[in-house]
Amino acid sequence: MEYFVQQLINGISLGSIYGLIAIGYTMVYGIIGMINFAHGDVFMVGSFIALMFLIILGITATAPLFVLILALILVLVIAMTLTSVWGWTIERVAYRPLRGSFRLAPLITAIGMSIVIQNFVQVEQSARVKPLPPLVRGGYSLMEKNGFVVQLSNIQIAIVLTTLVLMIGFTFLISRTSLGRAQRACEQDAKMAALLGVDVDRTISFTFIIGAALAAVAGMMFLLYYGVIHFYIGFQAGIKAFTAAVLGGIGSLPGAMLGGLLIGLIETMWSAYFSIEYKDVAAFSILAITLIFLPSGILGKPDVEKV
Amino acid sequence: MTAAAPATMPGQPRRAWLPYLAAAAGLVSGLLALWAFGVDALDRAFSAGGGSLDWVDGLAPIAALLGAVAALLAPALGFALMAAAALAGVVSSIFGGLAGQAALITLAVPSGVGAVFSLVGGAEERAARENRPLGHIPSALRDSAFAAIVALALFGPLVGLRTTAGTAENLTILYRWGQVAIFVGIVFAGRLLLHLFVWRTGQAKRVAGPRAPRVTRTIPFAGYISGALLLALGIALPIFMINFYPDNGRYVVEVGILVLTYVMLGWGLNIVVGLAGLLDLGYVAFYGIGAYSYALLAAHFGFTFWLCLPLAGILAAFWGMILGFPVLRLRGDYLAIVTLAFGEIIRIVLRNWQSLTGGPNGLLNIPRPSFFGLLEFKNGGEGSFADFFGLQYSPVQRVIFLYYLILGLALVTNIVTLRIRRLPIGRAWEALREDEIACRSLGINTTNTKLTAFAIGAMFGGFAGAFFATRQGSISPESFNFVESATILAIVVLGGLGSQTGVVIASIVMIGGVELLRQLSELKVLFGEDFDPAQFRLLIFGLVMVAIMLWRPRGLVSTRRPSVFLGKGKSVSGAFVKEGHG
Repeated sequence: MEYFVQQLINGISLGSIYGLIAIGYTMVYGIIGMINFAHGDVFMVGSFIALMFLIILGITATAPLFVLILALILVLVIAMTLTSVWGWTIERVAYRPLRGSFRLAPLITAIGMSIVIQNFVQVEQSARVKPLPPLVRGGYSLMEKNGFVVQLSNIQIAIVLTTLVLMIGFTFLISRTSLGRAQRACEQDAKMAALLGVDVDRTISFTFIIGAALAAVAGMMFLLYYGVIHFYIGFQAGIKAFTAAVLGGIGSLPGAMLGGLLIGLIETMWSAYFSIEYKDVAAFSILAITLIFLPSGILGKPDVEKV
Repeated sequence: MTAAAPATMPGQPRRAWLPYLAAAAGLVSGLLALWAFGVDALDRAFSAGGGSLDWVDGLAPIAALLGAVAALLAPALGFALMAAAALAGVVSSIFGGLAGQAALITLAVPSGVGAVFSLVGGAEERAARENRPLGHIPSALRDSAFAAIVALALFGPLVGLRTTAGTAENLTILYRWGQVAIFVGIVFAGRLLLHLFVWRTGQAKRVAGPRAPRVTRTIPFAGYISGALLLALGIALPIFMINFYPDNGRYVVEVGILVLTYVMLGWGLNIVVGLAGLLDLGYVAFYGIGAYSYALLAAHFGFTFWLCLPLAGILAAFWGMILGFPVLRLRGDYLAIVTLAFGEIIRIVLRNWQSLTGGPNGLLNIPRPSFFGLLEFKNGGEGSFADFFGLQYSPVQRVIFLYYLILGLALVTNIVTLRIRRLPIGRAWEALREDEIACRSLGINTTNTKLTAFAIGAMFGGFAGAFFATRQGSISPESFNFVESATILAIVVLGGLGSQTGVVIASIVMIGGVELLRQLSELKVLFGEDFDPAQFRLLIFGLVMVAIMLWRPRGLVSTRRPSVFLGKGKSVSGAFVKEGHG
């Protein structure tokens, strides 16, 4: 039981990270109907930027709590800003010229951009793994039985809290602001939205910026949680986050978060109870099974094809 | 062009005279801005607020003024920072370097950008005053400056701040502002040149949306002629290279083998994606299954290559059907992502099933092929290829044999594909690609149609895999990762979906071209001695992929003839047909 609770905590922390990345996939898929293959690499860029600015600030775990929190928030804002420039640029350079072209074309440029970003980071930052000493230490012991202690660490609390705050802010942005309204309108019918005076190009750029900013948050949390990153983390995390988006029902924002949590839990539980080597197989099998029996995901709308 | 000044900075930032140069540039640009701007601009700007002018027009001079002020202030700020660094001589050298470089970046970038914006503002102001239309150069400049800012945000951290291992286990940052300046300068200059010479209208923004489809005029028999030429080239290549360039010939033939392997894989995938329209991102799984089938059968049962080749194809086809069954109902991107998942699952299983597959190390000592099972490629002795034909033994003989082997296998793939397209099943594939619902209503069994496409495509992947295993002599799971799948799909799409010649051209460009590029030691002259082209291979590969797709979204060969037609066949531009809907 204690072991299970511990795995539950770990799974929710990991799932929050996946969920934040999945939102980027699901929003982009919802609005322009393409798999943004480079999104996982945007996540990776976000974690690299966070790493750099954490090193520049020279902040360590021994700093006073107030300074530490301030520094982390500052780095988070910088990482979100700079990463959204990446998201915006990718859309502008590789996807926008191909909008309205046949639909494999943006998929290929997306795969190309993914390869480019990965190898650019590898060339510029070297292929070595980048360690970061833990910044957020400590935690609480929830329960103890037979010498097994259930730990809830501060970083896990921080991850879940940040995700919650961002989700609330993001839901507000989509449901209440004019930008969110334009985003939803374009998602339903881009041509009609354009006729009614919505700037579709700008709305799509906005979607990419939001997605990249959330991916940057996920990247920074990944860095703080695992303490080590390298140029290839984007691919694995990206595929899993996309699985999460599909599982939750692509195009559905709560679905992305739910899917993220489920994938995180499945992965953690599988590693804990079966074998750590095959945790990815578990996640991918879930994806295949979901799509075969529940093609529109858990919270997605069924896709009816009209002739 | 003050913004170009940083571009001339060498990579080493610690040159004492650089800040002064940048400061001078900033000063000059500020003065220039003030001159271009005129004194009465401010007056106009403020009086425009309530007047007939739009607020944007009113804002432009203010922005220009701010730019000029920034350009003038930037050197001062930079000098202040430098003075601080000099005064704090006792502070560690890292901090001194940091301050000096911060000074550099504060000097160069704002002064450049400020100068551009103030020049543009000044030009607009003049145009308005003299009541003549504004040329497109100012807007081009402004757009380029904007692109430069974006480039700074993109490359500033990733290029400028290199994380390297420090003294302890902690990382430190190596600052490389010079390189950032080069990147930003390239973006600025490139964007400006594009504006001035390519986008003549002065509008960088291209209209999104479908362009009008256009039927291209085609040369009759172009396909046959180019195909025959490519075939002749393919047959002649090793003979020519080995005879005339004995030193480098072998390397070129090796590259040829690599290219032909991808041609074969591309043709195999073309059946699935190009003909049947099923987007498959996990094709490499069948390649891997073929390779492992051969390696395992040879190791455990002592089967020869010639027996294993058909077996590998059959096994891969079998797996194609197994993996095809669950995805029959899926379409388009969903199909893509599930096939990707299958590809990854197979790779993970290959990596972790230690007892069978040897885990991450893979399988070693895979038997090399014999000459059709009759003769061995070895140095002399009974039954050796060299002895039998009375030749001097040379290791290159096996390479040439492998080359012709893969050429033959690839040609078999091509011929089978071309013939099968005319059979009912091939017609059903093409019909399925165009419209699945129409297919169903016309009574085509979509299940069988899709499964045969998966199976036949996978079979050729399996053949290629067996060839790969025997050529390499050793295989490991990492040879069959997602990048390989993406590469093969990219070759098919870049070549033009459904086009057989296109696959060949795309393979030559993407695999051969990139492979040869990394051999260019001349590039070292350009980028310095420690420049290693090999590490740029995938980067260039990705860039080429994006560039070709942007240039020709329909692929290199985008005109297709329907395989079967009523009466007179017409060439159809790729823009008229939809593909990959699955």
